Amino acid sequence: MIEQLPAIQLLLTLIAAPICSMLRNGDRSWWLATAASWASVVVACLILNQVWGGGTISYHMGGWPPPWGIEVVIDELTAIVLLLVTLFGALVMTALRESLSTIMRHQRQSLYYTAFLLCMASLIGITITGDAFNVFVFLEISSLATYTLIARGRDRRALTAAFRYLIMGTIGATFILIAIGFMYMLTGTLNMADLAERLPAHKDNHVLHASFAFFIVGIGLKIALFPLHYWLPNAYTYAPKATTAFLAATATKVSLYVMIRFVFDVYGLEFSFQQMHLGTLLVPLSIAGILIASLTAVFQTDAKRLLAWSSVSQLGYMALGVGILNVNGLTAAITHMFNHAMMKAGLFLALATMIYRVQSSQLTALAGIGRTMPLTTGAFTVLGIGLIGVPFTAGFVSKWYLITGVLDKGWLPVAALLIVSSLMAIIYIGKMIDVMYFKPAPEEFSNAQEAPLSMLIPCWIFALLTIYFGIDTRLTAGLAGRVASNLLGGA
Amino acid sequence: MLVATVVIIVKLDRLMTAVMMMGFFSLLSSCIFMILDAVDVAFTEAAVGAGASTIFFLAALAIVGHTSKKRTRQRTILPLAMVTCIGIVLIYATFDMPRFGTADAPIQQHVTPRYINDSADEVGPPNIVTSVLASYRGYDTFGEAGVVFTAFIGVLLLLGAGTRQSGLERPAPPNTQVESMRQKIILREVADLLIAPVLVFALYVQWHGDFGPGGGFQAGVIFASVIVLYALIYGIVPAQQLFPPRKLAYFPALGWLLYGGVGIVSMIKGGNFLDYGALMTDPHDGQHYGILIIELGIGITVAAVMINIFFSLSERSL
Repeated sequence: MIEQLPAIQLLLTLIAAPICSMLRNGDRSWWLATAASWASVVVACLILNQVWGGGTISYHMGGWPPPWGIEVVIDELTAIVLLLVTLFGALVMTALRESLSTIMRHQRQSLYYTAFLLCMASLIGITITGDAFNVFVFLEISSLATYTLIARGRDRRALTAAFRYLIMGTIGATFILIAIGFMYMLTGTLNMADLAERLPAHKDNHVLHASFAFFIVGIGLKIALFPLHYWLPNAYTYAPKATTAFLAATATKVSLYVMIRFVFDVYGLEFSFQQMHLGTLLVPLSIAGILIASLTAVFQTDAKRLLAWSSVSQLGYMALGVGILNVNGLTAAITHMFNHAMMKAGLFLALATMIYRVQSSQLTALAGIGRTMPLTTGAFTVLGIGLIGVPFTAGFVSKWYLITGVLDKGWLPVAALLIVSSLMAIIYIGKMIDVMYFKPAPEEFSNAQEAPLSMLIPCWIFALLTIYFGIDTRLTAGLAGRVASNLLGGA
Repeated sequence: MLVATVVIIVKLDRLMTAVMMMGFFSLLSSCIFMILDAVDVAFTEAAVGAGASTIFFLAALAIVGHTSKKRTRQRTILPLAMVTCIGIVLIYATFDMPRFGTADAPIQQHVTPRYINDSADEVGPPNIVTSVLASYRGYDTFGEAGVVFTAFIGVLLLLGAGTRQSGLERPAPPNTQVESMRQKIILREVADLLIAPVLVFALYVQWHGDFGPGGGFQAGVIFASVIVLYALIYGIVPAQQLFPPRKLAYFPALGWLLYGGVGIVSMIKGGNFLDYGALMTDPHDGQHYGILIIELGIGITVAAVMINIFFSLSERSL
């Protein structure tokens, strides 16, 4: 049983998806989907427990040894991403039923849960695989499922947003496929560990250079790295209700994980950073992204769009962490991947809970909601404070590591810019909290009630986790530190 | 010729013609695959690219109309620069590529020998492509079937097949007589001649994947295209009487579950996921039946998805 865990991890959600589509009853599918997601959280915990401290699990699909068959490889980094996807996915799924009940008929709902499960399962598939082509296969499923999830948004603009994302995502996926094809051409293998062994021999080969370029641009589109973030604000703004929370938490983070995996493990540290100078590309772009996106966020009047722009800027932090290439920086990137997923999912979920009552994400509609929905707004405030990076919240931990990493390099101006961006975060989060608590509520929503428990509890779990991981950092920063020094070759 | 076709497609204003040219493009590329000895790929490309996707495009055109609006020419510089850049990178890469088709290229050296030399012993089917597809890399294929299923869920969610009234329950539209091609005697006669043999051919492709080019994907598409042909000639209502959309919507999930089920049974029997060898006491029998069943699963999923998508597109246009 224990050695089958990697397959079970994937199959729980993957097999629940088609069954869900056949049930055709919103409530029953929701129960099944929720049960499957929580079960996969349990499996993710078991796996994390198994690899804790530096273990690795290898599982051969179909019983064929790699490189002939497809291998599944799980190490600590994989395990933490698995926990991220399953736990936050399950929390959002729990809240999804109430959130959808207002906009969708029962039968449609069961299909929606199916798409959600497929998205979750494919992200798990991307995370656990040790095979380069297999990444692409699951990337296709996750992309298709995501487009569908977005396109069912509140109004027709969601269709344009989804279509734009579809075009961008398809270009990204094609580039990744070209990159993988080139690697296969040079080495004759698709297994990541095998590739890592064979690629250094070709490090002066033009094909490998082109492959690397295609990969970085392709995955950059998927991560929404500045300036390839064009699709993200609209997609997040128009995606329906609680779905945004799931997308913000997982899709871009898993892409970032894929980038870390390929850049460090497949192409190799030396090739990526010394020969192809990835660092010199990532650092200026991510700093520009952090500042421009934060500044744009400050001027938004739609709460969802504001948070979406904040996501672009926060993704910049992670890219910067990868780009500065030292243990603290990489620790920050991985920790922030987890922390930001948690906080942003929580924020979007709390926002979705408010929208559930007031039916609009305009800041004017959210005015005074602190009095009518005190508990939701409370959770939102805690999460917002976490995002700013106040001590004793999760956001502080990752920013601390990032600034330490930057200072290790001796880049004082960069550290100053990071602090400036944090100040901007105070402005845009502060602006929302100010509106929610201190502006009078508009007439029509003055008697809005507190949200139902099934939405409120997940919101507060996110909020409490934000505080918990701000104090106990063994799971996040501790693990990230070990992974980071491993990725950097034990240096 | 490929390049010329693409230029024509981009230049064309009439969407109908563009769709036809895209079918032609697929046919051309399938010929290229054929010349490259990738028979299975050529087969799929011909069936999916030239056949099914052309039909879907046509069905979509029936909804949105036949001509594109003139767009003002703007911002063409940036995309052009991007495309040029990508082209340059691709050409840059070609300088160091291993010579095409040489025996000492890395692709031929590393993984391939085991597939070629041992697959007949380890897996069974004489068609190595089937062995790689269904067994060595069966997990990828499971994922690909999942892609088809996901596409189906997407279409169902966005267009809503099966949730609207199907052709059966709805009063027949007044202009049925004009729309159906039943009156066109040549079309009808040819279709009558074709439908039965092509159905048999689909089954042949399904079960013959072990020995020659073929398998679930191609068979599913061929099967679906016959049904689509039937629906085009005799109208959507008889086709829906044959395959009630509500019931048909179960089949993509069933096919995929069949595939996954084989994997789970092999896990229960003590192997890894999709380790067909564990299915039976003799690993060869296990591989053989495992591959047959998963190919069937793929066939069901693909055929049902194609027919479903066609129905939901054409319901929209009614």
